[in-house]
Amino acid sequence: MYNREMAPGYYCLGIAAPEYPALAQPGQFVMLRITRDYDPLLRRPFGIFRTGVLQGGNPQFPPQEYMEVVYKVVGHGTNLMTRLNPGDEVDLLGPLGNGFRSGSSATVAPEDALLVGGGIGVVPLFMLAQQLVDQGARVRLLLGGRTCSDILAVTEFERLGVETYVATDDGTLGEEGLVTLVLERKLSKYPHAHVFACGPMPMLDAVEQRCRQAQAPLQVSLEALMACGVGACLGCVVKGREHSAQHPDYLCTCKQGPVFAAQELNWSSTAGEDQR
Amino acid sequence: MSTHANKNPSLEVNIAGLKLKNPVMPASGTFGYGEEFAPYLDLEQLGAIVTKGVSLLPKAGNPTPRLAETPAGMLNAIGLQNVGINAFAEQKIEFLRSISTPVVVNFFGNTFEDYVEVAERLNEIERVDAVELNISCPNVKAGGIVFGTDPATAARVVRGVREKLKVPLIVKLSPNVTDIALMARAVEEAGADAISCINTLTGMAVDLQRRCLRLANGTGGLSGPAIKPVALRMVHQVVNSVSIPVIGIGGIMSAEDALEFLLVGATAVQVGTANLVSPGAMSEIIGGIENFFLQQGIEDINDWIGSLR
Repeated sequence: MYNREMAPGYYCLGIAAPEYPALAQPGQFVMLRITRDYDPLLRRPFGIFRTGVLQGGNPQFPPQEYMEVVYKVVGHGTNLMTRLNPGDEVDLLGPLGNGFRSGSSATVAPEDALLVGGGIGVVPLFMLAQQLVDQGARVRLLLGGRTCSDILAVTEFERLGVETYVATDDGTLGEEGLVTLVLERKLSKYPHAHVFACGPMPMLDAVEQRCRQAQAPLQVSLEALMACGVGACLGCVVKGREHSAQHPDYLCTCKQGPVFAAQELNWSSTAGEDQR
Repeated sequence: MSTHANKNPSLEVNIAGLKLKNPVMPASGTFGYGEEFAPYLDLEQLGAIVTKGVSLLPKAGNPTPRLAETPAGMLNAIGLQNVGINAFAEQKIEFLRSISTPVVVNFFGNTFEDYVEVAERLNEIERVDAVELNISCPNVKAGGIVFGTDPATAARVVRGVREKLKVPLIVKLSPNVTDIALMARAVEEAGADAISCINTLTGMAVDLQRRCLRLANGTGGLSGPAIKPVALRMVHQVVNSVSIPVIGIGGIMSAEDALEFLLVGATAVQVGTANLVSPGAMSEIIGGIENFFLQQGIEDINDWIGSLR
């Protein structure tokens, strides 16, 4: 439907997607294929940013259900995506995986929620913020990035009434430094907050440490290389809590995730390995 | 247009006594244990289901990254992660018993004794309709030499498992050999009832920015359309070297690809990487084969198989 540049190097792709507004849960993803050619061959996973219904002004056209994904131009596949035009067809598989658990699907809806996003990791947090706000939670978003152009969607969150705090490595937007330092301060201010995070692995590692120290419940959304998205290829596995060489406990990011409760994962070993 | 154009062509093929309603089945490791794909296609539609490889003990698999995409292909180094034969017998086969499509269980071992023991166990499990022996594994006791690259070693494993089994034995050949025909004849002589080929081609990918190998394992198996010409050549060569049925594998993405393998003499085909790209891929391929035969006025798939001029 549309393919808009949100910030330098980041695009928002709107796709006509019947039933997605009803089906898609916060934190779920889709596997997208934009060509029937063999290069790129595999689909790519994208977190669902938001869904909605576009009311056409013209009574001839029925309301159109749609979903949005946000992508960063990093290689061949995402470069091709920038050339998509309204009317082009894409091959969509989803919604896939397990999303964030809050409210009805968790024991209690949190009163205070801290959402931590690193760069494009903010994407799956938007629908979560919508849900938490609907449930009456006080939602605060902490966003980190290398530089100001890596900070996305602040306006969209603020429109929901979410307080937003930004930290960038170079100080070009918000405060200079790591978003985890902001988290540390917020955790001491809101000791009963639930934390929901998505971003690069080193950030998630630091977030997990802070939350463990503060005994704050944490859910993380992981990113992984994926081929199938349906739990068959076992390419996207992460080590589960009980993992050891003798008793392997691998979890599929696609099928059992991409959102995990922090205590489901083996934090002593997830770092590093996926940094290659 | 011919008078029989509206008659549905027969796609039925026979692999060593195993009757398949059509020649299309998944390649091991790209279809889980079947259940994962039930939401995306009708499993009853398939010629057979081939499971992920099982071993005696559960296997953790390799560290990540396990995947690297390459032009028109992908490298994988999953490392044969699987639940082990016990969990397979207790949890995974149950679902497959609920469908009538023949079940082919792929298996492997780290030693000769492992292979034989898994074969013994598989023989006891109800609804294991055929087995597929993966010999592309390093022989731990023999210093890591791959079973499937030495004709004598491969023949010994085939003989060892053959005498434990009452169901058809399909032997899956590795392409990473100097002469695949030699391997094919060796396993045929040792008692294989059918051959499937090819497994993945060993490859590598590097990351220039980080100056490292892209797979944690270093090397991985190349699959996808990139390997199809190599696979076709090898299937053709094997078909002409043995008299047992051959199942063609390697980069099949479409009905046309499958028809090419059948034309050079494969009795059936396995679809691998395509399942990962589109979980419903085999359904389209089966439909495409049928349509092609309808257009060509071919009533029986067996008139097409090996009919290369």
